[in-house]
Amino acid sequence: MNFSEVFKLSSLLCKFSPDGKYLASCVQYRLVVRDVNTLQILQLYTCLDQIQHIEWSADSLFILCAMYKRGLVQVWSLEQPEWHCKIDEGSAGLVASCWSPDGRHILNTTEFHLRITVWSLCTKSVSYIKYPKACLQGITFTRDGRYMALAERRDCKDYVSIFVCSDWQLLRHFDTDTQDLTGIEWAPNGCVLAVWDTCLEYKILLYSLDGRLLSTYSAYEWSLGIKSVAWSPSSQFLAVGSYDGKVRILNHVTWKMITEFGHPAAINDPKIVVYKEAEKSPQLGLGCLSFPPPRAGAGPLPSSESKFSLQTLKPVTDRANPKIGIGMLAFSPDSYFLATRNDNIPNAVWVWDIQKLRLFAVLEQLSPVRAFQWDPQQPRLAICTGGSRLYLWSPAGCMSVQVPGEGDFAVLSLCWHLSGDSMALLSKDHFCLCFLETEAVVGTACRQLGGHT
Amino acid sequence: MGDWMTVTDPGLSSESKTISQYTSETKMSPSSLYSQQVLCSSIPLSKNVHSFFSAFCTEDNIEQSISYLDQELTTFGFPSLYEESKGKETKRELNIVAVLNCMNELLVLQRKNLLAQENVETQNLKLGSDMDHLQSCYSKLKEQLETSRREMIGLQERDRQLQCKNRNLHQLLKNEKDEVQKLQNIIASRATQYNHDMKRKEREYNKLKERLHQLVMNKKDKKIAMDILNYVGRADGKRGSWRTGKTEARNEDEMYKILLNDYEYRQKQILMENAELKKVLQQMKKEMISLLSPQKKKPRERVDDSTGTVISDVEEDAGELSRESMWDLSCETVREQLTNSIRKQWRILKSHVEKLDNQVSKVHLEGFNDEDVISRQDHEQETEKLELEIQQCKEMIKTQQQLLQQLATAYDDDTTSLLRDCYLLEEKERLKEEWSLFKEQKKNFERERRSFTEAAIRLGLERKAFEEERASWLKQQFLNMTTFDHQNSENVKLFSAFSGSSDWDNLIVHSRQPQKKPHSVSNGSPVCMSKLTKSLPASPSTSDFCQTRSCISEHSSINVLNITAEEIKPNQVGGECTNQKWSVASRPGSQEGCYSGCSLSYTNSHVEKDDLP
Repeated sequence: MNFSEVFKLSSLLCKFSPDGKYLASCVQYRLVVRDVNTLQILQLYTCLDQIQHIEWSADSLFILCAMYKRGLVQVWSLEQPEWHCKIDEGSAGLVASCWSPDGRHILNTTEFHLRITVWSLCTKSVSYIKYPKACLQGITFTRDGRYMALAERRDCKDYVSIFVCSDWQLLRHFDTDTQDLTGIEWAPNGCVLAVWDTCLEYKILLYSLDGRLLSTYSAYEWSLGIKSVAWSPSSQFLAVGSYDGKVRILNHVTWKMITEFGHPAAINDPKIVVYKEAEKSPQLGLGCLSFPPPRAGAGPLPSSESKFSLQTLKPVTDRANPKIGIGMLAFSPDSYFLATRNDNIPNAVWVWDIQKLRLFAVLEQLSPVRAFQWDPQQPRLAICTGGSRLYLWSPAGCMSVQVPGEGDFAVLSLCWHLSGDSMALLSKDHFCLCFLETEAVVGTACRQLGGHT
Repeated sequence: MGDWMTVTDPGLSSESKTISQYTSETKMSPSSLYSQQVLCSSIPLSKNVHSFFSAFCTEDNIEQSISYLDQELTTFGFPSLYEESKGKETKRELNIVAVLNCMNELLVLQRKNLLAQENVETQNLKLGSDMDHLQSCYSKLKEQLETSRREMIGLQERDRQLQCKNRNLHQLLKNEKDEVQKLQNIIASRATQYNHDMKRKEREYNKLKERLHQLVMNKKDKKIAMDILNYVGRADGKRGSWRTGKTEARNEDEMYKILLNDYEYRQKQILMENAELKKVLQQMKKEMISLLSPQKKKPRERVDDSTGTVISDVEEDAGELSRESMWDLSCETVREQLTNSIRKQWRILKSHVEKLDNQVSKVHLEGFNDEDVISRQDHEQETEKLELEIQQCKEMIKTQQQLLQQLATAYDDDTTSLLRDCYLLEEKERLKEEWSLFKEQKKNFERERRSFTEAAIRLGLERKAFEEERASWLKQQFLNMTTFDHQNSENVKLFSAFSGSSDWDNLIVHSRQPQKKPHSVSNGSPVCMSKLTKSLPASPSTSDFCQTRSCISEHSSINVLNITAEEIKPNQVGGECTNQKWSVASRPGSQEGCYSGCSLSYTNSHVEKDDLP
């Protein structure tokens, strides 16, 4: 495992281009585009203000930089550095900006969600979509980029509009049987839309592309409901994480629950491998890593106890958005594993075996898990906890790597390169790239560090 | 009674009272009187009586007392103390006999009374103790009763309290339920209120939004603009098209196409799944049929009608379903048949298994007596044993294979020379053995020869003696005869000498030759042999011989090897044997041992190698 030198960064804005060739990062009002392999600066763009959001177009030709404070969006072309485009939303303000899947339209949401403006880079045409709903996840595109689903709110009722992205024509418009719609998400195959209600009510609805209601699922009543939703990449499963600390897996044939995964603080099954991070003396372990680790290495240790209890957090129940329930879940790219985090056991990541529908492993870190992301190519999970270490889990085992550099490099977020060979580790002011070696080396490293029970 | 009172002496009134009491009751029976007396009288009373008697009679009142006594006695039924008076006037004489009789009787009575009294007293004591015991028992029981009563009261109290508590809890529960209901109502009302408020707020918000929209958007805000250097081409290279009804229709078409594709894909998947499941089902069915068919005849022979009919169905089904095309039909048409047949077969299987279970249980019940039936444990033990044996055999085969391999592979110089040495040594040994045998034979031979020569010498001596005898006899005869007889005798002698000497010579030659021969052999052969043995390892001249020998030995060893492999364990073969064959056999055995040792070390190294990574 190798690490690049550390580069400056602001507001965690660092993204790989969709084709995997470039890396865009922001330093204050400058946008830096580097080559992924050489890390040499290819382009440097200067924006009008501090950049708050960047996004690559799907064809990796353009980058948009949003400056919400100023209500501005600037678009840069990688091919023509002199080309420029500036969109000013004026007094309407700006709260969100994103590309359409074709990479030629920009969707800007104005303040107070008054409307969504669709700007085209090809023609002068500007489209407006009124009544977008102010919610967590109100816009979703199908993976093939053909359709967009948009949550709307009119006359105190929730609606979903499905647009054809090629000409922004409204394809379907239907009301949903929700109190207060919170999120929508297309299945990866683009044929089923999952719609879930506010956290006050456990309700998830599944709509076909043509607007038919396929199924409704509700696990319980009178309690805080859905917190997170994730489709499996095969579109076969829908994982629904809720405030009761459980993940329910729905199947794509009957849309009924197959199984539910509880997240108890005590793990009784002795077959489950629990990796517990432990501070180690600097001499021990990690010598096998190609890059010399400068300081104490922490290796997740296997626990052989029959009963293992995890550190729990007592949630404050009289506040809004209590820290309970499943806040994060993600399927591995091959749909074989599901990683989850229970927010009142913030130090632990559960990994579930979807083939056998059972718990596979639990990783308990020393500090709360900030983010985790699956390797796009193989079942390998990268985890960061806001400390100076990067944690990798694979079915073979678990390892932790100290990020080198003077001073602590607190990894707040990470993102994989689509090849799975490298990833960007982001801290508050800096970022660096981590290059993973070939599979074999990593495998042995994992085996040496990871435990068997 | 009244009469008695007046009659009685006033001085004795006090006494007479008691007596009158007695007398009044005398009419009943003397026994009762005694008992009463015993009851009333006690030891102190008797003393009183004594004192009273001492005072009773004095010198003065003898007559009176006698009469009194007489009276008393008569009243008590004793004969009168006086003699029968003949005349009225005559003074009645005291009959001493009667008095004595009376006295005696009284004494007897007294004794009886005393005895009775004693008895009664002991009885009384007994009864008293009984009474005491009973009283204590009574008191105890009373106490017990009391305590149990108290306990009961306590329990009742507790019960009451618990009931009270229960009632309270019920009340609480009810209250809680009410509370819950209330809270739920409150929640519901709050929810509705909240929703209502939300809606109101939202409406307001929407109004504001509209207003803002109007204010912000409709006014020509020059700021809202896109500043672009030049428009770029579309990603797909096409030009944008106008929105028309056609595009709408096209979009719809496309959407449905996508949906259809998805459904088709899913259907394909499902079909594939179905086909696989059908395959499994078919296989299962076939297996079931094949499993059930051997039992078809048996249950038919039995009286079991139901299974028989079902089985015939099964046969039909089997016939039908053997056609592969059946499986390509849609499920709807086949489903019923399929499920039915499967169900039937399943039932048969179930019943069969149940029957088997029953049989097994029966066998188990009977089996302990039944010698023919092998119990499962035995069976298992047997199988275990067999498995173990198989394992051993396998191991043996393995080692043998390894041996063979080693034999095949290990034709490098060291091993070959070693092997050759081995064989030569073997040869040496064998030759030695043969040599010893040969020696022994030679000894025998010599012994025989010696005895033979001795016999010949003896014969020669005898012959000599005979010859001499004959000569003397002939001499005599000759002397007795005339001179011409002398000539004759010479002829005879010549003749005899000729014949005799020739015989003798022959004999001697015969006897000498064997005498010489063994010597030469005995001298020659050991040298030769020793030479042989000495030159065996090195000399090329003997190598041929050696080779042939080794060839033979190999043959023999192979034979023996076969034997050892079949009959004798290597350990036994390794042991010393006097028999030549066995001694040869011991060599391969030892060799084998050596090889097995080698192989062992080999496997060990293998294991180590395994351990290493």
